Amino acid sequence: MRLLKKDQINQVTLRFSSRSANEGFARAAAAAFIAQLDPTMEQVYDIKTAVSEAVTNAIVHGYRDTLGPITMTVRLYAPASVEIIVRDEGCGMENVAKAREPMFTTGGSDRSGMGFTIMESFMDGLRVRSSPGRGTTVTMQKVLQARAQV
Amino acid sequence: MTMQYQAREGCLQVCLEGELGHHEAIHLMSQLSALVEDHLPGQLILNLEGLDFMDSSGIAVVVQTARKCAGYGGRLSVVHTPQQAKKVFDAAGLDRLVDIC
Repeated sequence: MRLLKKDQINQVTLRFSSRSANEGFARAAAAAFIAQLDPTMEQVYDIKTAVSEAVTNAIVHGYRDTLGPITMTVRLYAPASVEIIVRDEGCGMENVAKAREPMFTTGGSDRSGMGFTIMESFMDGLRVRSSPGRGTTVTMQKVLQARAQV
Repeated sequence: MTMQYQAREGCLQVCLEGELGHHEAIHLMSQLSALVEDHLPGQLILNLEGLDFMDSSGIAVVVQTARKCAGYGGRLSVVHTPQQAKKVFDAAGLDRLVDIC
């Protein structure tokens, strides 16, 4: 999936502390911003869920025992697509492919290991870039409305 | 998020309201765990009707609570699951492990 820069119609960037209380804030903020594209209720929930997973990963894994900044950028594209980038400057990971496997988690029994699986199935595109010691960037895209057929 | 419960004749009914993410899940898990230990229910019914939002943290809550119940010979059922939460459970194939409706 490829979104063109020239079709970008709006953008917001938020930077917040990796406190778990901010998970609810991040998903609510993303949902409020994409309202401009007039999404369906199901699309709003899909995006809220995917954002929640990405931000929770940054808090639980990126900044395991520390606090640090999380940056979330939401970009809207014409006619109706959205790109969300969640970036942390935490510990990063060696093996992204392993982390993306269903049920894999380095967290405790309070984590299901389903975060990436849900991001993948609720969004149309997912890219994860990570480098140990430097952080992780998760980019997700979703089409809210199919382009009109010519 | 808020939790209310009612215990009657070996059956424990727990109703959740609000949003269930990682922030809420940590506290909820220990609350549920303590409830199971106190009541040793033959059946625990988790009513999600009042849930406005749930992410994969809810999967871990359900799996852990189901295990805890099973450890005492009980059984967990999840009822009145909203569409959004159902979609999250379905992505994990959780209905193969726990009764969800």
